[in-house]
Amino acid sequence: MAKEIYTRYKMAKYLRKEALPTALCPGCGGGTVLNAFANAIDQLKIDPRDLVVVSGIGCSAWIASPYFLADTLHTTHGRAIAFATGVKVGLPDKKVVVISGDGDLAGIGGNHLIHAARRNIDITVILVNNFIYGMTGGQVAPTTPFGAKTTTTPYRNIEHPLNIAEVVAEAGASYVARWTTAHVYQLIESIKKALQVKGFSLVEVISQCPVQFGRRNKMKEPSEMLRWFMKNSVPISKAKNMSPEELEDKFIIGEFVSRQRPEFTEELNKLIDEVAEQFGLGDEDAD
Amino acid sequence: MIIRGDEPEQIALLKKLYPKGNYFMQGDEAIAYGAIFAGCRFYAGYPITPASEIAETMARELPKVRGYYIQMEDEIGSIAAIIGASWTGLKSMTATSGPGFSLMQENLGYAIMTETPIVVVDVQRSGPSTGQATKGAQGDFFQARWGTHGDHPIVAISPISVEDSFWETIRAFNISEKLRIPVVLLADGVIGHTREQIRIPDPEEVEIVYRKLPKNEKEAKYPFGDVDGSLVPPMPLFGHGYFTHVTGSTHKETGLRDVYTPEVHIKLVNRLHKKIKKHEKEIEKWEEYFTDDMEILVISWGVSARPSLGAVLKAREEGIKVGLFIPKTVHPFPGKKVKELAKKVRAIIVPEMNLGQLILEVQRYVNDDVILKGVNKIGGVPLTVEEILREIRGV
Repeated sequence: MAKEIYTRYKMAKYLRKEALPTALCPGCGGGTVLNAFANAIDQLKIDPRDLVVVSGIGCSAWIASPYFLADTLHTTHGRAIAFATGVKVGLPDKKVVVISGDGDLAGIGGNHLIHAARRNIDITVILVNNFIYGMTGGQVAPTTPFGAKTTTTPYRNIEHPLNIAEVVAEAGASYVARWTTAHVYQLIESIKKALQVKGFSLVEVISQCPVQFGRRNKMKEPSEMLRWFMKNSVPISKAKNMSPEELEDKFIIGEFVSRQRPEFTEELNKLIDEVAEQFGLGDEDAD
Repeated sequence: MIIRGDEPEQIALLKKLYPKGNYFMQGDEAIAYGAIFAGCRFYAGYPITPASEIAETMARELPKVRGYYIQMEDEIGSIAAIIGASWTGLKSMTATSGPGFSLMQENLGYAIMTETPIVVVDVQRSGPSTGQATKGAQGDFFQARWGTHGDHPIVAISPISVEDSFWETIRAFNISEKLRIPVVLLADGVIGHTREQIRIPDPEEVEIVYRKLPKNEKEAKYPFGDVDGSLVPPMPLFGHGYFTHVTGSTHKETGLRDVYTPEVHIKLVNRLHKKIKKHEKEIEKWEEYFTDDMEILVISWGVSARPSLGAVLKAREEGIKVGLFIPKTVHPFPGKKVKELAKKVRAIIVPEMNLGQLILEVQRYVNDDVILKGVNKIGGVPLTVEEILREIRGV
């Protein structure tokens, strides 16, 4: 049965069939993200041989690794971007993509996230933000909304969530966008842009986790969570004219930053060319 | 497919940049030059005393040989980056000291599980914690062996001088490449910061090992199998269209995760151990002095080995029949050899800059009728010949 489903799926050619079916729960937003990513790759006609996908630990880390048929590096908790940094330096002509969750990339891996943005290394990060540590059992995350319930905030969350897209934009990324799983077409367009930008790019996807987050916060059904996203999403252009009070509990969506800055691997290779010319072979005659 | 640093023009370049001859340099610098001669073309690190000169030398020298230096945001990122780079075919290294080495332990385990060749240098300093940040010590003997979690093999090498640091770094790379395992270079702050004369060889004099690559698509499908009976699978590098999946979770020979089947875990972890066991003879290295007619044996490692040799020479002048054994490979420990030597003597003395670590390993190979005594010194000042000699005279 399961086989029939995926063979009929147009993007199945991008998936590692022996790894299917996915481990994601029914109703998880991870499938939407995988679908959007596969469509972006397909529309840009990127050969998966020119792609290395790196991920950390947790549900969202599974989205593209092992399921996406490319070179995939499934790393330790929080460290995907640091691993990807080494991969990108070694393979500057390939597309290096990190797909992982909010806990992984912005919690334990927050330091690597802001420094990769600062360095502006040409890595595309798709950060799936579901407000929760899903695979570990629904504990509070650095993105859990104020007041929300989780297994480790059984009464209510008294911490404030991290605004990942804004932090990364401020840290120096070349491209930053945020969408929800209810904005699939915009999401695909943003992933396409992020893949084409030379520099660090982040696409934050607000995604539903009905099982761990929704269930404890009066949104048991995936559809309820998607309606919550739609109802509370505010385009960034509109948000600019709204007060902080009005924006409380809202999801600002759209492109936060799109700019050109010197990119790390390009600068590194430029530097090597300069130094190699100064110290390298071939200038014997000139001596 | 090419492993960078292997291009023919690299030899001419090394000859031009570092003409053979005598140099005066620190142990840290010797490690950096050793790495460059071994083919290391990617270094990621985070500054820490007394290892920073390795980073500084790499930052200055690597671009000259078209290698990459990157300063990461922390030690965890550093080891992560070199593992990532290694999968693209770059020989990679990081260097740190005790506190940074502690931070690297999780990813050291990742490199073991994913069979990624890397070299991790720990220029040991005094601890616990920040301890005496600028002082040398030998307190990480067991951190190197058991620092990461789970059942795992490790290879750790400890140099005894500045020149030795150059050669042992090359050996660390060669073992790492040959066996697809991270190799720890257990240096120390004393040698790291000591300046001595060393001889830089012609690059042709240096034997360099490169990792085995898959010969065909079929071999590339089993990056974690045993395709040729050597227990070391060829490494399909990223970017060559093999669609390799690498995970630190228990995986099948294809690389795909399987954490539910006991047999898969048992087979994988046992092979990781077996491949080191099988090559133990090639990995192990030691120096021996006066072991033919000895009654007392001194066993010492790293920075303590040379004052030990001084003490042994002086004791010999006094007519004391004492020998010396210096394990260069501290893990796997050359226990068989120690067992053999221990049968010949009535006493064994183990000098080291800690409160007794190597001695615990030695103890496993020594019978109860042999007197086993440590010469231990902490505080950041290396052992002197006199301190060791006193113990030799005393037993």
